[in-house]
Amino acid sequence: MTGGRRKIGFALAVVVVLSSFGYLVYGGIGENLVFFHTPGELLAKGAQAYDRPYRLGGQVVPGTMTWNAEAVDLRFTMQDVDGQIVVHSTKAPPAMFREGQGVVVEGKLNRDGVFEASTVMVKHSNEYRPPADGHPKPEDTYRSLIRES
Amino acid sequence: MIRILGLSACIAALAIASYGVVAAAVGVRRRDAALVRSARSAAYTNFALMAVANLAMVYGLVTHDFSIDYVAQVGSRATPLYFTIISLWSSLEGSILFWGLVLSFYTALAVWITRGKLGALGAYANAAMLGVGVFFYLLLVGPANPWGLVSPAPMDGPGPNPLLQNHWLMGVHPPLLYLGYVGMTVPFGFAVGALLSGRLDDTWLRVTHRWTVAAWGLLSLAIVAGMWWSYEVLGWGGWWAWDPVENASFMPWLTATAFMHSAMVQERRGLLRVWNMSLIIATFVLTILGTFLTRSGIISSVHAFSEGPIGMYFLAFIAVVLVVSLALVAGRSSELRSDGHLDNMVSRETVFLVNNLLLTAFTFTVLLGTMFPLVAEALRGEKVSVGAPFFNQMTLPICVLLLFLIGVGPMLPWRVANMDEFKRRTRIPALALVVTLVVALTLGLRDVWGLIAFSFAAWSGAANIQEFAHGTAARRRAGGGRWLPSLAGLIRSNPQRYGGYIAHLGLITTAIGMTGSSVLQSDILATVRPGESIELSGYTVRFDELWADNQSHRFAVGADLTVLIANREVGRMDPRLNFYAGRDEPIMTPSVRSRPHKDLYVNLSAFEQDGSSATLHVIVEPLVVWIWIGSFIVAFGALVSLVGGRRTRTVSPIRRGAPVEQAV
Repeated sequence: MTGGRRKIGFALAVVVVLSSFGYLVYGGIGENLVFFHTPGELLAKGAQAYDRPYRLGGQVVPGTMTWNAEAVDLRFTMQDVDGQIVVHSTKAPPAMFREGQGVVVEGKLNRDGVFEASTVMVKHSNEYRPPADGHPKPEDTYRSLIRES
Repeated sequence: MIRILGLSACIAALAIASYGVVAAAVGVRRRDAALVRSARSAAYTNFALMAVANLAMVYGLVTHDFSIDYVAQVGSRATPLYFTIISLWSSLEGSILFWGLVLSFYTALAVWITRGKLGALGAYANAAMLGVGVFFYLLLVGPANPWGLVSPAPMDGPGPNPLLQNHWLMGVHPPLLYLGYVGMTVPFGFAVGALLSGRLDDTWLRVTHRWTVAAWGLLSLAIVAGMWWSYEVLGWGGWWAWDPVENASFMPWLTATAFMHSAMVQERRGLLRVWNMSLIIATFVLTILGTFLTRSGIISSVHAFSEGPIGMYFLAFIAVVLVVSLALVAGRSSELRSDGHLDNMVSRETVFLVNNLLLTAFTFTVLLGTMFPLVAEALRGEKVSVGAPFFNQMTLPICVLLLFLIGVGPMLPWRVANMDEFKRRTRIPALALVVTLVVALTLGLRDVWGLIAFSFAAWSGAANIQEFAHGTAARRRAGGGRWLPSLAGLIRSNPQRYGGYIAHLGLITTAIGMTGSSVLQSDILATVRPGESIELSGYTVRFDELWADNQSHRFAVGADLTVLIANREVGRMDPRLNFYAGRDEPIMTPSVRSRPHKDLYVNLSAFEQDGSSATLHVIVEPLVVWIWIGSFIVAFGALVSLVGGRRTRTVSPIRRGAPVEQAV
């Protein structure tokens, strides 16, 4: 009956390997989940919000954006109906970054309450929209850059 | 008119494929050869119909027939011709249409090659492949119908997604991906044919061997073309982000790679029969799952998915395939017993087993990380994503182990290894490993994963090259010829084996490129005025001028840069931002200067409206081109294994003789 024993041993080994691997994967996922929140939701977490990566979605508060090109230093305030968070980043703002625009940032909340963003993205949809009247066309905005030739 | 033609072709394809499934199945039962033949005709007819439908769509796109729903969605008069044609696969409906073409082509070809040779197995395989076709044709006349009438027809359309019309690689990556993905349907179809007909020997494996290799080679190329596209277009300087779309293309590759190795174990040793069936079923299901993930909108949000019906079609199809194939495997489990057993722990089949274990674990990890956010959102309503660190932590150890094993397998014989012989063979690879490690440490590399990856690559590279060197030397001694003809003769003597080793060398090359560009990368983000420069890793990038250009289908803002090495001008670069009509944010278009030892990669991140300054992201990525080069070597290996020599695999129920290990 060694065949049977060998089979049981093999099955046991497989179970052990699979379950320890599953445990590793499960733990790994738990540690690396990035939750998507609004500023208000993140603030509601209090001290729990520190030291974990988050994605934050909200709007740029008009009049709060400062972009220091020389120092490559971006700062703005993001808000939703429940709260505001100051965001700081050493990345360039996306080209169509506008005040009042919906944005998604990814990073960590510092203990001083400033959200340090490693990426700043304009919230966009891939769907086509007819050119809105309010938005100036790039060919008008950047007319002075067109080379004469 | 062209709309009606295309729509009719799709409806006819659905009807004929459905007929074919029934005709093949009933034909086998009733031993009615004419009925089985007519099922084969159904496969040929479907290819013709899909060709007509696809040509009709291309015609509609090129002639800007905006009364066709799909053309109105993705067409635009301003889009250049090349991008108009490839917008055939730029959106859901068109890509399903193109999928139908590829599937019907493969089905017809596979059926034609095996016609009259395989009896019930062939007929059932035809039924299975046509059955998959029924699903896709159903999508084409139902939820993914591209032929809807738009009335009144608009004068112009929005054009394809700008990301997809910003680079020529979009004409390459999707077709390669579909050719690879859909190619997996053929081995799956013959596996189902084997299960249904009860002809469970290795016939289905041998018949589909070439298909698997070809589909795998194309899928390899497709995945790397996707990486290359992401590197050239997305502007962050990376080539892999563990994005669900990327994972979707990668998972079937992993299981197919496992399958190619485990299939050899079955052919040589009669082991792993149930396992091989399961792997090819898994590979096929993963291709469908991948399409579901990328095409149902479920990734952006579970809600986007539930808005359209197409997601449910895919889920239902996946469920049907899984239930039916697992029931078939379970029903035949007693007949699928292994007729051999593992003789010795130190043998090539053991290495293949470990390889399969690792690749399965790899697939499982990627699958879990990809599906977790969807499940979490569906169950708990919380939006989460699984960060790249998870994937990296979990898969890097697997990757380096696989990289090591690529060298071990070729050095071990089937069945039982002679330990003295094995030790003798490991000498040069071990030396290569140690030398690489010492050199890398001396050059200042301290990244642990980098050190491991480079030295394992050296080990495996040496091991695989050694196989060619020894074989060539033996032939040369025997035949007294020169090196090159001896090498060619060696490869021709066993193209499957040596093609495999070439593919190994390609993968090792890709691994070297990936390691170099990840651990040796350096970057700087800085704002400069005209005339000022940024210096990084021996390069000086001088910003000359900001410019704008009003092009027919877009508006471009670019920066003219001069690249200097040691104060000598070596070239110019022009990273841009492309603004497409109707889309808010522009598409970053990096400028890349590729050299074998490193790439210089520059992005225009931001600029002042008056042109007084530009913020540039300058990245130096050593060795990154070897990722792409490696994929060509992989594909070449697959090609060699397919067409490399005399020993063609014919359809024959007789098991090949015992393996003859070559004297080294």
